[in-house]
Amino acid sequence: MTSSSAAEPTGPPGSRGLGARVLDAPDISRVVGRISHEILERTRGSADVVLLGIQTRGVPLARRIAARMAEIEGASVPVGSLDITMYRDDIRLRGPRPLEPTELPDEGLDDRIVVLVDDVLYSGRTVRAALDAISDIGRPRTVQLAVLVDRGHRELPIRADYVGKNIPTSSAQSIRVHLVETDGLDEVLLTGGAS
Amino acid sequence: MRHLLSTSDLTRDEALLILDTAAELGRVTDRAVKKLPTLRGRTVVNLFFEDSTRTRISFEAAAKRLSADVITFSAKGSSVSKGESLKDTALTLEAMGADAVVVRHHASGAPYRLAHSGWVGCSVVNAGDGTHEHPTQALLDAFTLREHLRELEGRRVVIVGDVLHSRVARSNVALLSTLGAQVTLVAPPTLLPVGVDTWPCAVSYDLDAALEGADAVMMLRVQNERMNAAYFPSTHEYSRRYGLDTRRAALLADGAIVLHPGPMNRGMEISADVADGPRSVIVEQVTNGVSVRMAVLYLVLGARAEDSAGEASAAEAVSA
Amino acid sequence: MRVLLRSARPYGEEPVDVALENGVIAAMAAPGTLPAGDLDVDATGLVLLPGLVDLHTHLREPGREDAETIETGTRAAALGGFTAVHAMANTQPVADTAGVVEMVWRRGVEAGHCDVHPVGAVTVGLAGEHLAELGAMADSAARVRVFSDDGICVSDPVIMRRALEYVKAFDGVIAQHAQEPRLTQGAQMNEGALSGVLGLAGWPAVAEEAIIARDVLLAAHVGSRVHICHLSTAGSVDIVRYAKSRGIDVTAEVTPHHLILTEDLAGTYDPVYKVNPPLRTETDVMAVREGLADGTIDAVATDHAPHAHEDKDCEWAAGAFGMLGLETALSVVVDTMVSHGRLDWRGVADRMSERPARIGRLADQGRPIAVGEPASLVLVDPGASWTVDPGRLASRSRNTPFAGRALPARVVATFLRGRPTVLDGVIA
Ligand SMILES: [Zn+2]
Repeated sequence: MTSSSAAEPTGPPGSRGLGARVLDAPDISRVVGRISHEILERTRGSADVVLLGIQTRGVPLARRIAARMAEIEGASVPVGSLDITMYRDDIRLRGPRPLEPTELPDEGLDDRIVVLVDDVLYSGRTVRAALDAISDIGRPRTVQLAVLVDRGHRELPIRADYVGKNIPTSSAQSIRVHLVETDGLDEVLLTGGAS
Repeated sequence: MRHLLSTSDLTRDEALLILDTAAELGRVTDRAVKKLPTLRGRTVVNLFFEDSTRTRISFEAAAKRLSADVITFSAKGSSVSKGESLKDTALTLEAMGADAVVVRHHASGAPYRLAHSGWVGCSVVNAGDGTHEHPTQALLDAFTLREHLRELEGRRVVIVGDVLHSRVARSNVALLSTLGAQVTLVAPPTLLPVGVDTWPCAVSYDLDAALEGADAVMMLRVQNERMNAAYFPSTHEYSRRYGLDTRRAALLADGAIVLHPGPMNRGMEISADVADGPRSVIVEQVTNGVSVRMAVLYLVLGARAEDSAGEASAAEAVSA
Repeated sequence: MRVLLRSARPYGEEPVDVALENGVIAAMAAPGTLPAGDLDVDATGLVLLPGLVDLHTHLREPGREDAETIETGTRAAALGGFTAVHAMANTQPVADTAGVVEMVWRRGVEAGHCDVHPVGAVTVGLAGEHLAELGAMADSAARVRVFSDDGICVSDPVIMRRALEYVKAFDGVIAQHAQEPRLTQGAQMNEGALSGVLGLAGWPAVAEEAIIARDVLLAAHVGSRVHICHLSTAGSVDIVRYAKSRGIDVTAEVTPHHLILTEDLAGTYDPVYKVNPPLRTETDVMAVREGLADGTIDAVATDHAPHAHEDKDCEWAAGAFGMLGLETALSVVVDTMVSHGRLDWRGVADRMSERPARIGRLADQGRPIAVGEPASLVLVDPGASWTVDPGRLASRSRNTPFAGRALPARVVATFLRGRPTVLDGVIA
């Protein structure tokens, strides 16, 4: 059985070790703040918003955004977590992984503005799986997407509503996101390929 | 975990992964949409050389909840009952593109043979083989025990009855001891296998003593054919010495539970009031069976391409 | 035809030239001193033994020619160094009449690879109820002396007693397949800790030992002789040793596979390791080696049991009992007995040729290597090593438990009454 998880910072062979740090802790904090402001703006004050973090690193990001929104607006925004493992279209390739909890806020998702939160947007397949998962557990009014990093190379017609930072990459490169909650420090690294 | 053939093949971590996965999957049952798309396009074949409606239905439900295509071959009304060999049936299934075969067979080791003979390339899940093992039953028993007792480490579990012929007992002794429980087998000496003293459990002939303060008791079914084969003098004597009734159930620890893999002989190994009483978790066992089998199918089928997945996995890891 | 074996080492001892002519050993002399023959065999470094005699061979003909025939089975025998085999009676039809045993005997003569001595059934149809016409078989052209219901135990003590008594009239012997049937109903492997774990019905040692104990006492009581087939447990060795110490006329055989393989192989659930009696424990293996070394066990007998592919390519319970043995027997004996110093080459000649010939009352087999004696001989390369390839065996079946295994010693040539049946390791 495998223990690798979606956002685990494993690059292709040869790319291990330190890469270029494209975001440091203060950058990440600024980016989270900006996304929080944008969500408040776009949703006109966050009523009916539910933040749904995609396991694993989307969940702490969603919690941070909720905390910022609370600081800014004073409102408490419900946060949930979504494990999309069982909705992936690639278990054939990847092998099974331990499931993380899917926890919905008591309010549920029906008629809510659901903001999906993830660390990196790449092919779009994770988001596609998340949309499928959401449709099996509720019927939101709208679904939006917030990501820390958009690295391009989409394979599906999916775009983010809130992007922390666009980082153009080659497909030979990898983006590694480290967060205090899961990895002990905040940083985003670009590794591998010729940069 | 390419196959699931025996609980003694499972490490503690693997066993816990199955149980944890089952716990998450069990929550799907509470949703409006009770189906997950995980195994869409995969084919699971249930190959039942022995009639077992409840196990077959449980595996069917598990596979369907994961959106797999399910084909069931059962002993009745198929070539299986006309003496077609395990190998020939397996080759047919292979030709049909089965990704996993769930096999119930009267011969001990038939699933092992299927997995290792080179007849088929698919995953094999043992759904009970002869008097050998029934690993998903033990997993659902462990799952049920965990739901009620939380931690199994140090818990005392008593398994009572026809250990000699019981695949449920074999699988449970291996699994529960891997998970840290203290297992005691209780049976008349005629229904214990030679060499049981080498198993990772205690053995007793005294049910009352074993039940005292135990956290759980699992009653094994006594098959009709044992009753006339001199394993014990009479059903009456068996029931008196090794049956679970209200008096005996009262010897258990507070919060202890009563399990039975079914189907039960009420009044023989278990009295009706205990079977239907507050300690009984026999109905839950059935529900939990589906979750556990979903977890097993998911983990076994996902593991199939694991070896060749190294690079794809590494690339995908950053695409999230 | 005159054959000259140059520098052969009889019983592994000093090299001599050996001339074979007119079916007998015509001359033996120091190397280089005998005139060339029509066929010269350079036997330098090779061990010369009397042709091996198998007390226990299943040739499957008549009835299961898809698994083995007298032709293919005796080719395998010759390649294994045998000049005589005893063909077991559990054919279809059963060899329980003079007609069937004569047919088997004649087919053996026609094939010509080694002598085929049919074993007659003890009871009609191996059913254990009525004595077969033992006297008619003894008086037939096949001159049957060994009688066995092998595959099935003569479990009824009265039938066994009568059989032991009856064969005294023509110096026959009952070869008992010792397996108490009630204690082994549905049995699949040796009973012990492993059978309990594997969930395979156990075959207790006592089921074999109880019958052996009974039969040696019966033989003593009626003053007859009894032969124990494929003895497999430490307890059986003890019982036979005890009986011999009491002067009871008992002989016993062990198979090559019980000298080397253990029950652990059942853990593969591969029926190629399924055999009757079952593979036993390490303790039993050491005890049968010891028994063979000290002479308690008289003979190595192959219990060569060919089975069609589909009868082994299945789940354990559905698999047939039995293993091939003729082509690997000598190598296994060298591996387990000679290499470890338990037997020397004289010992091998004794346990694989001389004593089995005496038990079967074969006058011209198992004879000393001496001038004037029958020229039924085998040349063995003791230093060779070979890897068993089931596809290259002469047997029609492939169910060897030694596939892929490297074994020592190889049969180079076999001679049946002066005529080569095998030369350079191939059928002559
Ligand atoms: Zn036999």
